[in-house]
Amino acid sequence: MTESLNVTVDRRDGLAVIYTEGYINNQGGEEIAKEAYKLLDEGYKALLLNLAGTKIVNSIGISILIEIIEKMLEIDGKLGFCCLTPTIEKTFHIMGLAQYAPIFPNEDAAVAQMRA
Amino acid sequence: MAEGVLREVTLALPMAPEMELEASKTATAIAESIRMSPDRIDEVRMAVVEACINALEHSQAPDREVFVTFQVLGDRGPEKLRILVHDNGVGFSPEGREEPTMASKLKAVRKRGWGLKIIQGLMDEVEIRSGAEGTTVVMSKMR
Repeated sequence: MTESLNVTVDRRDGLAVIYTEGYINNQGGEEIAKEAYKLLDEGYKALLLNLAGTKIVNSIGISILIEIIEKMLEIDGKLGFCCLTPTIEKTFHIMGLAQYAPIFPNEDAAVAQMRA
Repeated sequence: MAEGVLREVTLALPMAPEMELEASKTATAIAESIRMSPDRIDEVRMAVVEACINALEHSQAPDREVFVTFQVLGDRGPEKLRILVHDNGVGFSPEGREEPTMASKLKAVRKRGWGLKIIQGLMDEVEIRSGAEGTTVVMSKMR
């Protein structure tokens, strides 16, 4: 029994949105990181992770997201999250992750803020 | 007080990929049966996933199993869900652990080690019993 993560990307002017569908565990985190680093190689410095399709994450998957945050800080880029379940949002606050990557309630608000 | 055990279910999980999701499904079913709110059920699920991952990954249990016991507690009706995640592994010293922070993890090579902090943040009560006979994480949430 495996629950794989589907990742899709929407490239926009100056910002890319990564959509996830499924469980963010170690493999899921690696899938997200692979797409994120590809986007950085393409020159994107603002990434939005839309987790509307993800209802459960684990700390191993989140630790890979922290690697992406670290990379974004190194290049002076922006990483944001939107459309989190209340529990995932609470977990990110427990970890202090929200201090380094802002959390937005919806995609429109995130795109507006991240482009500002 | 919510101390009588009204119902108890135990799962024995083999150490195989994504077994934590099996425990999370059982947690959901039992929490729904006592009419816990959906947001609180989600928090229980996540805490169970973290406790199971810790046991599955770090216990080094010779029987290669993790035991998850769900207890519905209450006096006249269900009031609390208590979950015990037990392994027969090598144990660890909870007191010796350094609490993870984002500031330290951003600089560190190893960015993992968040499980207990997440469990403590999501559940109402958490107790860790660890020694030569393994580790048991006992965590509870009021309905």
